[in-house]
Amino acid sequence: MKSAAAHTIHTMISWLLKAVWIAGTILVLLALQPLLQSGAIIDPYWFRILLLMGINVTLAVSLNLINGFCGQFSIAHAGFMAVGAYTSSYFTLHALYTPVRNLSFAQQATWMIGALLVGAVTAGIAGFIVGIPSLRLRGDYLAIATLGFGEIIRVAILNIEEVGGASGLSDIPPLSSFFWIWLIALMTIALSRNLLVSSHGRAVLAVREDEIAAEALGVPTTKYKVIVFAFSSALAGMAGVLAAHLDLSIYPSSFTFLRSIEIIVMVILGGLGSTTGAVLGAALVTLLPEGLRYVPAFTVRGYVVEMQAWRMVIYSLLLIVLMLTRPRGLLGGMEWSWHGLSRIGGRWFRGRPSDRNLPPEEQGEGDLL
Amino acid sequence: MSFLQVDNLVTRYGAITALQGVSLRVEEGEIVTLIGANGAGKTTLLRTLSGILRPATGAITFRGENITPWQTDRIVRAGIVQSPEGRLVFRGMSVRENLQLGAYTRRDRDEIAKDMGHVFELFPRLKERLNQSAGTLSGGEQQMLAIGRALMSRPKLLMLDEPSLGLAPLLVREIFRIVEEINREGVTVLLVEQNARQALAIAHRGYVLQTGQVVMEDTAAALAQNEVVRKAYLGG
Amino acid sequence: MQEFLQQVINGIAWGGVYALIALGYTMVYGVLRLINFAHGDVYMFGAFMAFYASMWIGPRVTGVGGVVLVILFAILASVALGVVIERFAYRPVRHHPRLTALITAIGVSLLLENGGQQVFGADPQPFPSLFGSAEPIQIGGLIIVRSIVYILVCTTALLLLLQYIVMYTRFGKAMRAISQDPTAAALMGINIDNVITATFALGSALAAAAGLLVASYNPQIDPYMGLLPGLKAFAAAVVGGIGSIPGAVIGGLVLGLAEVFVGASAYGDWREAIAFALLIVILLVKPSGLLGTGIVEKV
Repeated sequence: MKSAAAHTIHTMISWLLKAVWIAGTILVLLALQPLLQSGAIIDPYWFRILLLMGINVTLAVSLNLINGFCGQFSIAHAGFMAVGAYTSSYFTLHALYTPVRNLSFAQQATWMIGALLVGAVTAGIAGFIVGIPSLRLRGDYLAIATLGFGEIIRVAILNIEEVGGASGLSDIPPLSSFFWIWLIALMTIALSRNLLVSSHGRAVLAVREDEIAAEALGVPTTKYKVIVFAFSSALAGMAGVLAAHLDLSIYPSSFTFLRSIEIIVMVILGGLGSTTGAVLGAALVTLLPEGLRYVPAFTVRGYVVEMQAWRMVIYSLLLIVLMLTRPRGLLGGMEWSWHGLSRIGGRWFRGRPSDRNLPPEEQGEGDLL
Repeated sequence: MSFLQVDNLVTRYGAITALQGVSLRVEEGEIVTLIGANGAGKTTLLRTLSGILRPATGAITFRGENITPWQTDRIVRAGIVQSPEGRLVFRGMSVRENLQLGAYTRRDRDEIAKDMGHVFELFPRLKERLNQSAGTLSGGEQQMLAIGRALMSRPKLLMLDEPSLGLAPLLVREIFRIVEEINREGVTVLLVEQNARQALAIAHRGYVLQTGQVVMEDTAAALAQNEVVRKAYLGG
Repeated sequence: MQEFLQQVINGIAWGGVYALIALGYTMVYGVLRLINFAHGDVYMFGAFMAFYASMWIGPRVTGVGGVVLVILFAILASVALGVVIERFAYRPVRHHPRLTALITAIGVSLLLENGGQQVFGADPQPFPSLFGSAEPIQIGGLIIVRSIVYILVCTTALLLLLQYIVMYTRFGKAMRAISQDPTAAALMGINIDNVITATFALGSALAAAAGLLVASYNPQIDPYMGLLPGLKAFAAAVVGGIGSIPGAVIGGLVLGLAEVFVGASAYGDWREAIAFALLIVILLVKPSGLLGTGIVEKV
C-alpha cells in the first residue's frame, strides 16, 4: 500500500533513472563516435554500413508502429522520409551560411536539432494528412492508398523546381554523424517500446487485435490510428533528415515505392509487431547486400557469375523463400485481427487436419483485411 | 455395406474438437436426419463429408470407397452434393447461372437441360425468376435455388444443411414436402436440421448430435416419441 | 476540334492498354484476393520474349507467318511464366495471411526486374517493328499513328474475347463463382486449383499482349518497363472496381483519357501522378470502385 509520498518519491526516482539512462547513452555515443570514425577500430567501409544501419533502424521501427501495433499496412514510408529529407535540406541549404566545419560542436548540434525538428514536424503533418483516409479504409485498401500517396509525394517533389526537380538537391551541409544517427535510432526504439507499455500503447494494441471490439469498448480507434500514423511519419521524416545530411545530395528517385517496400521487408523479416524484430530486420537488410560481396565469384559454363551483380536477384529470392518457409519472420509473432473474411466469401479449409481447418488468423497468423 | 458409412470422425479447429468421434450410416434410398442444437457439430460434419474440412481421424466410406482423403471436387463428382448452411447462392449471378453451375461437373448438355426442366417442375418459382440475380431472391427462393442447384449434378447423396433456417413455417413444410418427393425419385438424403419436428416427420431414421458426439440413434418415429428428444428438441 | 479528337483517340488507345494489364490484376484479385505485384513484369517479359523470338525467327521465317510465330511465342512464354509463378510462389502461401502473399508478390516482382536486368541487360533494347510499315493512317483529316490503330483494334478484340470467355463459358462461370464465394464454388465440384491456374494464364496472356502492343508503339524495352505501368494499371483496376472485369476496362479507359488530357494541359508534369490521384479520390469517395458492389468493410 503506497502512500502518496512514497508514490511521488517512486516517480521521482524513475525520472532520475531515465535521465541517467539518457545522459549515459549520449555520453557513450559521443565517446564512440571519434573512435569509430577514426578507422582505428573498424574499417571506414563498415563504419558507413553502421551509419546506414542506424537510419534503417529508425525507419523500420517507426514503420513497425503502424504495421505491427495498429494492424494497418502502409507503403508510404519512403514518402515521409522524403518529406523530412527535402524540407530539412531546403531549410539548412538556405538558412545555414557558414560551412559546417567552421561551426563549433554546440552550433552544429543546434542546427542538427533544428533540421530534425523541421523534418519531423513536416513529415508528421504529412502523416496526419495521409492518416485521415485511414479513418475510412482498411487492409488492402489502406495499403493501396498509402502507395498512391507515396507516389504522389514523389511526383510532387519531382515537379517542384524550387527543390531541384529531377536533379534533386545537392551540397547539403554535412550535419549528420554517427552520434545523431544512432541517438535518433535509440530514441525511436525507446519511444516504440514505451508506446507499447503505456496505456496509450495498450489501446493501440487493442485496435490491432480487434478493431470492432475496441470501438465497442469505447476505445477511440480512429484517433489512435491517426496519431500513430503521424508519429511514425515524423520519425521517418527524421530518418530522412539524417540520410539527407549524410549523403549530402538527394533525388526524388531515392524515395520510390521500392524504398518503401525495402523498409517493409525489414519489418517483415524480423517479425511483424516486434520492435526487436524490426531492429533485427533492419540490420539484416543493411548487411545482406554487403555480405554477398564476400561470396567468391564462380563460373558456370564459361559465364562468370559475380554474386555482387546478382545480389538484388538473390535478395528477392531470399524474400520469396522467407515468405514460403517462415512467413512470421525470424522472430515471429504476427497477430492481426480477424475481420469479415466471410464477407468476401468463404474460407479455405484444406490439407492438414486441425490447424488447417482454421481461417488463417487463428492459425497464429493474421489476415489483412 | 452401407451407402455412406462414417466411422469415428474427429474434426478439429485448432484447439477445439468439434467432432469427437462421430459414427453414422446412411442406406441407399433413405432419408436420414441429424438433429441437434446450435454448435452440436452438424455443419462441421457436413463440411467434413464434403471435403471442405479435414478430419483428424476417422473414415468416410461411400459406396464401398474410402473417400476420406478426397478433395471436394472429387467428392462432388462421386455424387455427394450439399446444399450448404446459409444457402450460399452466387448472389451476383442469375438463377439460371446458379443452376448451370450446379451442373458444373457434367458435360451432357441435353440431360442437363432436362434436369433444369425437372428443377422447375419442383420449384416453379425459380422458373419465374430465371434471369434474376440470385441476390434479389427471398430467403425461401434462395433455399429452393440452393436445393435445385444441388440437384443439377444428379447427386446420389443429397446433403441438406438446415434448409428450414429463417423460413416461414408454411414454406418449410413446402420444402420438406419437396425433399420427400426428391427422395422418392431415388435420391438418398442426409438432412441436418434444428427443426426436429419437421425433419423427423419425413425421415426414416435419425441421429441426435450433441457437442460433437452421436448420443442417440433410432428410427425417426421412435425418436419423435422419445421423452428426452421431445423435451430437448420438440418443445416437450 | 481535331486536336481534341486526336487526344481522345490517344486516350482510348492508352486506356485499352491499361485495361489489358488491369484485367490481369482484377481477375487474380477476384479469385485469390491477391494483388499480384509481379503482373506488370509479365508485361515486360512478354515484350522481351518477342524481342528474342524475332531475332531468332526473323531471319528464318518472313512475312506474316514470322510475326504470328513471334507473337505466339511471346504469349505462350508469358503464360508459362504466370503459371510457374502461381504454382511455386503463390499457391504455397494461399492459406497464409494476405500480407504474406503480398510480400511474396513483391518479391517475385523484384526478382523478375532484377533478374531481367542481369539476363537481358539494363540497357534498353530496340524492339523490332512487327507490323510492317510505320506510316501513319489518315482518316478524314485525322492523322493517326499506325501502332495506335493496332492498339485500338487489338485491345477491342481481346476485350470482347475476354468478355465472351467470362460470361459464357464454363470456365468463366467457375472464375466468377470462385470470386463470389469460394466455398460454394468448391461445393459445385469446381477444381479451385485448376481454375486459379487458368486465371493466371489468361491474365498473363493479356499482359503479354499489352507488352507487345506498347513495345510496337514505343520500341524501347528495358527490364523495368513494367513497374510503373503495372502500378498505374493496378490503380486503374481499383478505380473501376477491383474484382470487376468491366470495372478494369472502365478504369483503364478513365485513366488513359485522364493521363492524355492532363499531359496535354498546362499541368503536363503531373501526368504521372494522375493515376495515383484518381486512386486516392476513388478510395475516399467510393472504395469499391466505379462499378464496385459497394461491399467494403468500413467501420
